[in-house]
Parts: sequence; C-alpha cells; structure tokens
Amino acid sequence: MDFKGSDTIVGPRSEDVLPSSAATAVKVVIVGGFGVGKTTLVGAVSEIRPLTTEETMTQAGADVDDNAGVERKTATTVAMDFGRISINDELVLYLFGTPGQQRFWFLWNGLFEGALGAVVLVDTRRLEVSFDVIGRLEERGVPFVVAVNTFPESPSYPLDELRAALDLPDEVPIVGCDARRRESGRDVLMSLMRYLYSLTNPERP
Amino acid sequence: MSGPDQDWDEGDPERLYVITRGRSGLSERTVLDLVTLIVARAEAQPSMQPEHAAILRMCHSPLSVAEISAYLRLPMSATTVLIADLLADKRVEARAPVPKALLPDRALIEAVMHGLQRL
Repeated sequence: MDFKGSDTIVGPRSEDVLPSSAATAVKVVIVGGFGVGKTTLVGAVSEIRPLTTEETMTQAGADVDDNAGVERKTATTVAMDFGRISINDELVLYLFGTPGQQRFWFLWNGLFEGALGAVVLVDTRRLEVSFDVIGRLEERGVPFVVAVNTFPESPSYPLDELRAALDLPDEVPIVGCDARRRESGRDVLMSLMRYLYSLTNPERP
Repeated sequence: MSGPDQDWDEGDPERLYVITRGRSGLSERTVLDLVTLIVARAEAQPSMQPEHAAILRMCHSPLSVAEISAYLRLPMSATTVLIADLLADKRVEARAPVPKALLPDRALIEAVMHGLQRL
C-alpha cells in the first residue's frame, strides 16, 4: 500500500458537485494584505467551504557552491483560498483571494488576465498595503472596485477621505463592507459587476 | 514582508518531483486555467498512477482545475501536469473559460448579476 494511496484522496462532497451542464467558469480576484479578510469574504458568499490551492516557488539557494556541484534549493509554498458561486446551470463564478504581494501573482498563470475583475479589500488600519496593489492593477489594466472591510476596532473614515488617501480615480467605486456577512459580500460583487457593465458601454465618456 | 504576517510556508519539492516525474508543467499551464472545468470521459483503472485515478473519480461531474488541485493537495503546476496527461489520453474533457478577448461581455455580466441577486 502506498504511503499516499488514491483512497486517501477525497473529492468534493456530494452537495458540492456542479451540475453536468456546467460549461463555463469565470473568476474574480479578491486582493488584499494578510489578515484583511479575503478568506472571510470568500467564505461568506461561497456555496462551498473555501478551498485552498497552492503553488510552489523553487529558488536556488544563495549559498550555491559550484565546486561541490550541490545546489541547495528552497521551496516556498504560497496558498490561495477560493470559493464558488453557481450563477446558473451553465455558468460558475470562482472567487480567489490572493496575497497583495505582486511577486506571488505570477505563480498562478492568468490569474488576473482571464479574470472579470478584482476587488481590493482594504483595512483602514493598514492602508499603505493597498497603494501598491492598486497601482499594479491599474498598470495591468485590471478593472477593480475597492471594498473597505469594517473591523470593529478600525478607525472609521468617510469613503471620500479614503478615496483621496488611496488616490483613486473618480470612476472607480469604493464601498464599505462587513466581510463576514453574505449580503455585504454580495453587494461588493454587485458593485464590481455594475462597474464592469458600465465599462462595456461603448458610449462612455 | 517576512515575519509572522505570512501567507506562505516552506514545502517539500521532492515529493512533487516524483509525482510529476520531474516535469514542471510550464507548457501545459498555458492551456489550463485555474477555472478550466475538467470532466472525466473514462473510468479510473487500478493500474493507473493514484493521482490520475483520483482525478477521474472526482471529475464525474465538472470540477475546476483549482478544485482538483485543492482536493489532491498538490500545487497547481503539478496538478496541470497530471491533467494534461489525462487530456492527451482523452480520458478527460476540458471546458475552457471565457476567452480574455471576449471580456468584459455585457450578456455575461448581466447573467452574473442575475445570479448574485439570488444569493
């Protein structure tokens, strides 16, 4: 018997199975710093318990010794939590929560390129984490909305002030949310969809 | 950037090397997206590598590559190598996501909004 036999690999629970008619999937990326509530938001709206996919970054160690012919390698595993919402019998929406550090974005091929858009989840206690994320998304042309997660102990600022502090363009929506609540998470996704819809209007200024 | 605020940890590259027989998955990853849906077209056989058999069993109904990776507890790159094997043998079918060139599509966004309203 193998150490890790196939019997130990468990697939989805019966209630987590998609209909066989599911034909197309789309994705939205939730970006934010550590502890900002990405997984909480994903879990609040997901029909499945959030799952985790990983990617491994292998780097040659700094202490390479050519003479010995031994290259020390270190592997760093980066995790990404995700959830799922069945939109209808054929269309499925996946939500991926990814760390704000850009160097990790390249681990998952096409994470942003094929995405409908992104939600930048912001914690007012650590606003500085979001500057870089917003800049990178703008550079890559990924449409996004900003959602401010309200923690009980967070300082509360008017959204206008946060918009100014984040140097957000006028057209980019910024909304408050409670990442623990399903309706609140849904409203964040709706504001992203309305924004994306407005971008499809060829007559926009 | 380092310290306790980490979303990552150290892993074990040797085990992955064995499972994928040393292949990195770089070429396959260009085809398989995180949300490509995989559907089994054959039954698992006892002679198969356990991971291949597991994929066939869990893909009786469509399942995204990301979900397969999560259930296998393998990185995406290793998972796509295994799925590419099954695709090459026509044991699974891949349902590709909406091509980037078609995004954002009005009808698609409308459908998503409809779905979200029922949440």
